[in-house]
Parts: sequence; structure tokens; C-alpha cells
Amino acid sequence: MTLPPSLRAGLVLAAFVGAGLAAVAIVHEQTRERIEAAERQVVLDRLAAVLPEGHDNTPEAAAYQRPSPLPDSEPLRIYPAYRGDTYLGAAVGVKTPEGYGGTIHLLVGLRPGGEVVAVRPVAHQETPGLGDAIEPGRSDWIRQFNGRALGDPPKADWRVRRDGGAFDGITGATITSRAVIGAVRAVLADYRAHPEAYRGREHAAEDRPAGRETTEAERDREATDE
Amino acid sequence: MSEEPSTRAILRDGLWGNNAALVQLLGLCPLLAVTTTATAGLGLGLATLLVVTASSTAVSLIRNLVPRDVRIPVFILIIAALVTVVEMAMAAWLHELYRTLGLFLPLIVTNCAILGRAEAFASRNRVGPAALDGVATGAGFAAVLIGLGALRELIGRGTLLDGAEQLFGPAAAGWSVELVPGDVFLLAILPPGAFFGLAVLLAIKNRIDDR
Repeated sequence: MTLPPSLRAGLVLAAFVGAGLAAVAIVHEQTRERIEAAERQVVLDRLAAVLPEGHDNTPEAAAYQRPSPLPDSEPLRIYPAYRGDTYLGAAVGVKTPEGYGGTIHLLVGLRPGGEVVAVRPVAHQETPGLGDAIEPGRSDWIRQFNGRALGDPPKADWRVRRDGGAFDGITGATITSRAVIGAVRAVLADYRAHPEAYRGREHAAEDRPAGRETTEAERDREATDE
Repeated sequence: MSEEPSTRAILRDGLWGNNAALVQLLGLCPLLAVTTTATAGLGLGLATLLVVTASSTAVSLIRNLVPRDVRIPVFILIIAALVTVVEMAMAAWLHELYRTLGLFLPLIVTNCAILGRAEAFASRNRVGPAALDGVATGAGFAAVLIGLGALRELIGRGTLLDGAEQLFGPAAAGWSVELVPGDVFLLAILPPGAFFGLAVLLAIKNRIDDR
């Protein structure tokens, strides 16, 4: 077989592209379910740290979605916590696309009054040694939100100190710090505007149309004062 | 191949004489970005060692199939596919390790030291020496990462191996040493500190070689 060298080179390259794609596609298919299961397990592990203590329901079984108050991001996932019929608060899974290395997935635990129980990262790709200080195992930074609320400090001060706010940034990772604080602030603001939407699937369903409209309006307001 | 380098020569070149970071000055992007602590350096070092060994082996295996004109795109394709596959497999089966080491994996694709070894060595040698060269190059690179990470961590934070338990499990919690409490000389951890630290290591190496 005598092919011109350029054609032969092209065919070899095409064959390797095909083989590479096939290998990645097969491994993706083989690992997808396991990866999803492992990520769900991580969410369950982190939930314990952010849910209000003393609940006797299974919040992960009652979880549902709600449109995110953050622009261009996936919906919130809400895990409502109850003891009997008493509403104790909720854990909110929020994904912000503003991280330095892409999406940061956080869990924010809230009490009924809107105070933060705790914030924990679930998944992120922040720079090792700098942005990964959002992990509680690497620094105490993420614990500064414990017990804080939208009036404490006021909403305008939910920013990094160097932007004129009340929260410490992580040295060398201002973008990461901004993304996390911004996501927590947006969840708290959404909770204050629509507390009933965080009480469970049924409550959220009742006022969904109204809830959605105000979320849009809220988003616009958010955009103008930024 | 006519002249095959000896095992000793391969090891000596990879670890010292032709060290990817200190002599060829390759792979500096991940090197400078990640070495804020010894643990982070160790994490990237292990991931690099794994990928460079696997890619050198793979490139050596297909070296006679690929026409010279398209060898670089083919090598890049192999390295990228390999890194992606390793990343996904790790996320599925070693999820805890993935959550700490996984951050380093995408950085490896940007490491031209790996492509450099594929082109300069693996594509011209049999599988055995090529794999050994991958191990030596990876180990030499990892040593510089750990050294630079330790230097910057020590000067910047006054600690050593802080966060080792993130990489090696709870057993490693005791490995961390705090020599000076609080931040010491913060510049060492920030990006300029990476360049100063690398310059110091280069100067030390050249000094030793000059003797």
C-alpha cells in the first residue's frame, strides 16, 4: 500500500484521536455512576455539619430544588430539617460559578430566623495551598460565618474586608473568598425574601409562581447595587 | 536504537544532571503555582510521577507507528487522554484521595516536562528504559517540588508538612511541625516567593556542580 506521507500522517493522527476519544468516553461511562455516588456521599457527610441540631426527619429524603438567586448557576438544593412538626431550619446546597478554578459547591445551614449554622464546601477546584483554605481541615476561614446573619453584619458588609466589607479574605485568594461570601449572602437574601420556600417541597410548590417572579426582581436589584 | 543509555545514566540524568525543573527549567507553571507547602508539592509530585511514567511508557509503545510529522499532536493527545482517564478513575475509586490530589491533576497537562520526555527520550527508546526515564524524571521533578514547597512553607508560615493528613489520612496528622507560630514572611508563599525560592535552589545546584 503506497499512500502519500501526508495522507498517512493524517490517518494515523485521526486513528489516535478516535482511540483517545473512545478511551475517555468508555472510562467516563464506566465511572459516572460511581463518581455521582461518591459525590452524594460527600454531601451526606457534610450535611451533618451544617444542619440545625436535633432534627428527627431525614432532610436528604425531603430535598428539592429551587431556582438559584445567583446568575448563571445551577438550582439550589434545599434540605429542610424538622423535629416532629417544628421547623428547625434547612441546609442549602448552592453552586457558584465565580470560583477561581470554576464552580464552588457549598452547603449553607440556616436556622428559621436566618442565622447561619455553618458553611461547608462540598466540591471545588481552587488552587492548592491558596484557595483551598476554604476547607475546614485547612484553615478556620469558613467558620467565620457560624452564627452570622444578614443583619449581623448588615447586608452591605457581606463582603471581603478589602472590598469594604466585614469578612476576612484568604491571603492570596481574594477571588475565592469573594465567591464564597457572595454565595452565602445571596442564599441569606433569598431566604429573607422567601422563607416559606425553604420549609419543604409542599410549601415551595404552593407559592412557586409568585416566588419566582420576586426572585427575578431581587436578582435585578442585586445586579444594580453591585 | 543503537546506543541505549545505561540504567545508571538514566537515573542520574533524571534526578540531577538533567533535572526537568532545575536544569531544563520545564514545567515551571505548575511548579511555581503549587509549591506553597511541602504537602502540596508532594501531592503534585506524586501525580506528575504517575503521569510521566505512564505517558513515557505509552509513547514508547507506539513510537514506531507514528510518522514524525504528527508525533507532537499524538503525544499531546496521549498525555491529555491519560490525565483525564486517571482523573476520572481516581474520582470513582479513590474519592478521598481525589478530593486532595485531584486538584493537581489538571495542572499536569500544562507540564511541558512530560511532553519534553516523550519527545526527547520515550519516542526513541524501548519500553523498559522509557518507563525508567519517566520514573527518574518524575522523581527528580517531585524532589524539587517538595524542596521548594518546604522552603516556602518554612519561611512563609514557619511550619513543615502542614496538612499532611489531607494526603495520607489521619495517621499523618503528627507529621506536621510548627517551628514558628503565626505567619512569618508572607511574601514567600505569594507568587514572587516562588521565583525567589526557585532562584535559591538553582544557585545551590549550580554551586554544587561547580565544585
